[in-house]
Amino acid sequence: MAEPVLATHGISKSFGALKACDDVSIDLRPGEIHAIIGPNGAGKSTLIAQICGTLRPDSGSVHLLERDVTQHSTRARAKAGLGRTFQISALAMQDTVLQNAVLGALGASGRPWRFLAPALNDADLRARAEAALERVGLQDHAATRTAELSHGQRRQLEVAVALTLAPRVFVMDEPMAGLGSEGSKRLTGFLDELRHEAPILLVEHDMDAVFSLADRISVLVYGKVIASGTVEDIQSDRQVREAYLGEDA
Amino acid sequence: MIGERYLNAAILAIFFVVPAWAYWANEPFTITLMTRAAIFALAAVGLNIALGLGGLVSLGHAVFFGIGGYAMGVLAFHAQTFTPLMEWPFVIEGTKSMPVIWLTAIVLSALAALVIGHLSLRTSGVYFIMITLAFGQMFFFFSISWSAYGGEDGLSIYVRNGFPGLNTLQPIQFYGLCLSILCVVLWFTHRLARSPFGLALNAARQVPQRVETVGLDPTRLKLVAFVISGAITGLAGALFADLNRFVSPTMFSWQMSGEIMVFIIIGGVARLFGPVAGALVFVALEHFLGGLSEYWLVYLGALLLVIVLFGRGGVIGIVSGREKAHG
Repeated sequence: MAEPVLATHGISKSFGALKACDDVSIDLRPGEIHAIIGPNGAGKSTLIAQICGTLRPDSGSVHLLERDVTQHSTRARAKAGLGRTFQISALAMQDTVLQNAVLGALGASGRPWRFLAPALNDADLRARAEAALERVGLQDHAATRTAELSHGQRRQLEVAVALTLAPRVFVMDEPMAGLGSEGSKRLTGFLDELRHEAPILLVEHDMDAVFSLADRISVLVYGKVIASGTVEDIQSDRQVREAYLGEDA
Repeated sequence: MIGERYLNAAILAIFFVVPAWAYWANEPFTITLMTRAAIFALAAVGLNIALGLGGLVSLGHAVFFGIGGYAMGVLAFHAQTFTPLMEWPFVIEGTKSMPVIWLTAIVLSALAALVIGHLSLRTSGVYFIMITLAFGQMFFFFSISWSAYGGEDGLSIYVRNGFPGLNTLQPIQFYGLCLSILCVVLWFTHRLARSPFGLALNAARQVPQRVETVGLDPTRLKLVAFVISGAITGLAGALFADLNRFVSPTMFSWQMSGEIMVFIIIGGVARLFGPVAGALVFVALEHFLGGLSEYWLVYLGALLLVIVLFGRGGVIGIVSGREKAHG
């Protein structure tokens, strides 16, 4: 089996008496979508924060492309190939859609220290940004102010910005949140293809999407992984049904 | 509603037409007033890079204004007293040359901004305001006790410094110099806002976490903006001292920092010509209302209140009716 591109080894994180993350070991292998599900407050966001570098685990380690990145900053992890989308859209609302995408391209180029030539005239940055917008279907909204986008379009832009980085690993925090069934279906189809470019660690509440996309599912409850396996394993796991899916699921 | 572009052109036109008229009508005082407006505008354009683009509410920009002022004062003082600035380990003479003074002002204020920014950017919000204010007070009290250069009384320079090929003693020529610098800096700011750096800085102000996840350092972007901002305000300080042929600790005072910020708020935060419009309005009020009553600041306060409450885009926002910054 291929080496995992992303792995956590027994990471734990406490906030006072609350164990938000308790000895979590998960991994992500090339070409797969690994979904993390769990009820609200299960510690999914805390887990993502530790993987992306906004929180340091109290113990355990995070490995990205076979390197220990536990002590690395968010920036360093991004440069190493981690592409992330936020649960609540983190976009420059006053800027246009294209400017947001160009920001990603600029990050990928690593050359922000240019002070005179207009960024939008830079052919490389622009091509990269426009290609990403086209892939998520936002090419007709390039000149729109981000604040004027619908919720669903903002979710698409989140994904587009991550695409501009051409990451080796995607970490997506509820990309379907707030999308209508139509948008959700479209994004599901898109992620289905995307996994072959770079594997996706997917935190998601939309169970239809998770069950249709995921190669593996891990279930997080009270900061602990209570089950991990294929879709069939999880659907038939009694403990999961009780804890999370509900008896009638 | 008037397009912001036309409004900007109109504001710039004032800076050409009024002094031209004053020169023709032999009204040198009006030229001096316009010079004052141009220099204040320059100082505020500098602050606007930190404030408008970077979102850094610095209440300590008088530090850079004052450093520029004292760079001029100290260099010119040594030139007019024919004493070297220092003799060991190498001799530095004073100078009356504006280009040298400007360069000194820019370099020293950029260095100060680097140190102050590096320490202040560990904080944000109210703490950032307070720490920049504290740095301002440090420089203020230092200048008061710096008796070698006049201490509290400040330092008078008898003859305005020179610029190759110009007679800077003529108000219109010195004004032309100040206006040229203002135009160059406005052009630079306009380009900066659209450059890759400007785009990243703009995002760093709005969503620093996003900037980090694309692999850029929001704090470093803001620091560079703060340095550029401080350098421009420092240059304005050197010109201001030359206009008055006088420097004093007042240039370092927190009231000065406040005034520079007031120019921006009156004119419109993060708008290219906001600080220019604000400085123009301020100098006009200072002149006309100041002639009516020595309590004219009451009216300035009222104007500021109206703008903050009803027109967040400042004068430019009210007239052009556009919310978007740097359009």
